[in-house]
Amino acid sequence: MPAKRTAAKGASKEQMLQYYRDMLLMRRFEEKAGQLYGMGLIAGFCHLYIGQEAVVVGVQAALEEGDQVITGYRDHAHMLACGMDANGVMAELTGREGGYSRGKGGSMHMFSREKNFYGGHGIVGAQVALGTGLGFANWYKDNGKVSVAYFGDGAANQGQVYESFNMAKLWNLPVIYVIENNQYAMGTAVKRASSETELHKRGISFGIPGEAVDGMDVEAVRKAADKAAKHARSGKGPYILEMKTYRYRGHSMSDPAKYRSREEVDEVRSHHDPIDMVKEKILEKKWASEDELKAMDKEVKAIVNESAEFAKTSPEPDPSELYTDVLVEV
Amino acid sequence: MSIEILMPALSPTMEEGTLAKWNIKEGDTVESGDVIAEIETDKATMEVEAVEEGTVAKLLVEEGAENVKVNAVIAILAEEGEDVSAAAAAPSAPVAEAAPVEAAPAIDERPAMMQTNVASLADPDIPAGTSFTSTTVRDALRDAMAEEMRRDDTVFVMGEEVAEYQGAYKVTRELLQEFGPKRVVDTPITEHGFAGLGVGAAFNGLKPIVEFMTFNFAMQAIDHIINSAAKTLYMSGGQMGCPIVFRGPNSAASRVGAQHSQDYSSWYGNVPGLKVVAPYDAADAKGLLKAAIRDPNPVVFLEHELIYGESFDVPDLDDYVLPLGKAKVRREGTDVTITAHSRMVGFALEAAETLAGQGISAEVIDLRTIRPLDTDTVVQSVMKTNRLVTVEEGWGRMGVGAEIAAVVTKDAFDYLDAPPVRVHQEDVPLPYAGNLEALSLPNTDDIVRAVKEVCYVG
Repeated sequence: MPAKRTAAKGASKEQMLQYYRDMLLMRRFEEKAGQLYGMGLIAGFCHLYIGQEAVVVGVQAALEEGDQVITGYRDHAHMLACGMDANGVMAELTGREGGYSRGKGGSMHMFSREKNFYGGHGIVGAQVALGTGLGFANWYKDNGKVSVAYFGDGAANQGQVYESFNMAKLWNLPVIYVIENNQYAMGTAVKRASSETELHKRGISFGIPGEAVDGMDVEAVRKAADKAAKHARSGKGPYILEMKTYRYRGHSMSDPAKYRSREEVDEVRSHHDPIDMVKEKILEKKWASEDELKAMDKEVKAIVNESAEFAKTSPEPDPSELYTDVLVEV
Repeated sequence: MSIEILMPALSPTMEEGTLAKWNIKEGDTVESGDVIAEIETDKATMEVEAVEEGTVAKLLVEEGAENVKVNAVIAILAEEGEDVSAAAAAPSAPVAEAAPVEAAPAIDERPAMMQTNVASLADPDIPAGTSFTSTTVRDALRDAMAEEMRRDDTVFVMGEEVAEYQGAYKVTRELLQEFGPKRVVDTPITEHGFAGLGVGAAFNGLKPIVEFMTFNFAMQAIDHIINSAAKTLYMSGGQMGCPIVFRGPNSAASRVGAQHSQDYSSWYGNVPGLKVVAPYDAADAKGLLKAAIRDPNPVVFLEHELIYGESFDVPDLDDYVLPLGKAKVRREGTDVTITAHSRMVGFALEAAETLAGQGISAEVIDLRTIRPLDTDTVVQSVMKTNRLVTVEEGWGRMGVGAEIAAVVTKDAFDYLDAPPVRVHQEDVPLPYAGNLEALSLPNTDDIVRAVKEVCYVG
């Protein structure tokens, strides 16, 4: 990580305020999810996105209506970014009827056809081949849409990623591969798992352009994603963005994260936090006052609290739901 | 309002823990994200972060306290502007409980298997005077794909050597010429990748036919067939249908050794969310493949290399579509029921002919689909014949025959005059040597022997 810096130039006042609000919603949502997990209301695996917010907010800002998004299991923020309702996401985390999958998917398996969010996949790397298929369908239909497949530095070592890269470039499919390099695949640091740690170079042997991006800087992310989307949409094929980012929490709720020091985490939190950086710029430019930002925080908290309330009070799925949705009835 | 901080569960199994360390003291202000305590769980020591902001009004649990129950109140925060001492004195509210788990439905309400209503399914009528054309299974499969591709432009076929080479087994012959390279797509040798790509394309509105050069190679892709294609509809609460066909030759060819010679019927037949088809003759190959392509669900379509070249009559009808999930009685009989699918149907029919010469009348049921499995037709038949022999080319353990025998034993127990007998491949990897390969695979004589066993005829 470079020394403390402020966000790159570029975004307008409206954009910055929107980025701030979106990232704050994700942060507060994840904190609340962690709290509900602690209360036993969320079970199983729960992977929080805290620290990585600038990636998904910046990339989403570069997309158009109808573009598709797919990711792995650290997916709550991606859904919020796609415009999915916080209540429905939180209620899926608690396994309730009001959840996006009516309680049958859980944290790692949520979808919204309406919002073009294609999951939420629990098998590391599966979303890369699936996301390439979303892009294939766009290419086949020639509809001008692009797909975005997010995956982590851990998934970047799966074989199917390279099978997908090969086909995506072979047929010049409109796919943006976003590698969220948060530096640890569960507990394994990138340099302990990857012979080439510059993951944006992983497309070189397929002829896919790639670049490394400061994934803590939402404006830098947006700028890079604009370029990638333009490339993919113009028929030039796939593009790889390696977002250098960091997750503050453990891999999942039950990970004590002993593979890194508290100092390392604190350093990022205090000096490179994506939300603080945007806040600083907003205040510096006088685009909003401290009080106005506080009001925004309050508003976001109300949304999150409401989602928690909804997720607690929504009933469990009816027992008859056990047998529905196995097959589409013919 | 004061805010209660509860003892958090920090692993899926944690019920209580030790409050190892407080990082805050009364009077401190905390912001969300601050580490406020360290807690020892049953697995590790974890840091706990504050979610709410406020001033620490009271710490209710001493540092070092053991066996603190999950969800017990461990501290109280005063919100901004709130009187800290009043917050500290406030009685703690009852802790929110997780909703109780409702009782599962009673056992007799549970379907043993997700089953379509077989009784309502029937083959289409073939009008009197319809002509038939002798067609190979290979060409019948090709015709089915071509007809569906003409009918629906979201249908496309992809796989290794399907286009320019015209198909490794020539099943896709001439499709490239008619439909072009966008709809007949040669893939690299990359089963895992193109199976996943196909599933993604199906999620996004296309109807892919994914050809595996053999189903043995689909083992590289089985994660996408099961985890991505079969399970996603359920996991999405019904949103993400996956209309895709995975097809190709299954089972042993001839002298290609163990890695190229496996029957996957029971593997895929085990998975809810899939349909599994294994046709025998050319008419079924055509009618069932057309149905599979139109089906909104993922279908595993198991062909057989050794019957690709066999010819059968196919009705000359514009749109011959068969129902998935309906078995076919290939030969009627009264003394014993033989079930089989794919190439084994031919052997079962041969055995029935031999047995007829020896005074035993065998009924031969072609299962046609493995999932849903038409056990109704089998049970009805056994109620008439009182005896059952199951035949499959794959291994017997946990096999298709095992499943049928279990259902028949339960649903027609009082009708059985002998325990069911299974005919299947020997319990070894398929050997290469010609004599050993022949010994390993089931044949007509094995079926005749099994029938005599259940008929108690020496």
